[in-house]
Amino acid sequence: MSGEGNGAWPLWEVFVRGRRGLAHTHAGSLHAPDAEMALRNARDLYTRRSEGVSLWVVPSASITASSPDEKDPFFEPAADKPYRHPTFYEIPEGVRHL
Amino acid sequence: MTAALALGDDALVLSHRLGEWAGHAPVLEEEVALANIALDLLGQARVLLSLAGDEDELAYLREERAFRNVQLVEQPNGDFAHTIARQLYFSTYQELLYEELARGDGPFAPLAAKAVKEVAYHRDHAEQWTLRLGDGTEESHQRMRRALDALWRFTGELFEPVEGCEVEWSALHGAWLSRVTAVLTRAGLSLPEGPRRGAWAAGAGRQGIHTEPFGPMLAQMQHLHRSHPGAAW
Repeated sequence: MSGEGNGAWPLWEVFVRGRRGLAHTHAGSLHAPDAEMALRNARDLYTRRSEGVSLWVVPSASITASSPDEKDPFFEPAADKPYRHPTFYEIPEGVRHL
Repeated sequence: MTAALALGDDALVLSHRLGEWAGHAPVLEEEVALANIALDLLGQARVLLSLAGDEDELAYLREERAFRNVQLVEQPNGDFAHTIARQLYFSTYQELLYEELARGDGPFAPLAAKAVKEVAYHRDHAEQWTLRLGDGTEESHQRMRRALDALWRFTGELFEPVEGCEVEWSALHGAWLSRVTAVLTRAGLSLPEGPRRGAWAAGAGRQGIHTEPFGPMLAQMQHLHRSHPGAAW
């Protein structure tokens, strides 16, 4: 199935906003010759069971990702700072939906 | 019910043809797209054939001459361009037809109103590919050109009145021509010339006269049911 042509097609990342969701979340990736076809392929691959009401496709090449090698300097320092989490407050009575 | 058989067989036969791409499509993404379209059509076929009788009996136990689909939908998949040309001709027709049927209050109005959205997507899929193949490489252009020419003679039959469909057929034909012309022009292609049906096709698909590739397709489609009648999963 993955013929020669497939190799020439760029990769796209697919983001789907669910029926009740507020934000688009990453669903996966696919190959397509251009953005319009990527959108249609995304519709067929990621929303055929009514998963979404809105789609974004982004060229994978446009995404700058953090490197696994830099994982420690990037994320480790946050691990021992519990005061950054809002867990030390007492929630006053009467406050709902928090 | 003549019309239910005609429209139901169109959907059933094209669904089977598209299903033949499973495992053979040029890329995985396109395989899923074609299978999706095939499943939409199969859903339509089930509703339509159920209006005419028992869906399984009609699909699996009729002989070739009892099928009422147009000859266009039974044509083999050919190369990808042939499949796209067949999709462009047929889904443009089917969308216009369902739009008309949905406006009326006949027995097909509820199905047509629901299915017209599916078919609009099928037509869009065919248009997108027609644009890319026509305006792509020299080879893709030639293949699309060849496919459009090869299937052109099967398009005349689409606009022969189907008994039981309250549709203005000549207006449908005019709208079809202008839509197809518009897409082909954008794709750098032109409307094929030549006769719209072969002299040999005097009876045509709606009367049960089918082309040679239809028999083998039917044999494959019906084989399992005929070998194991009443089998269930």
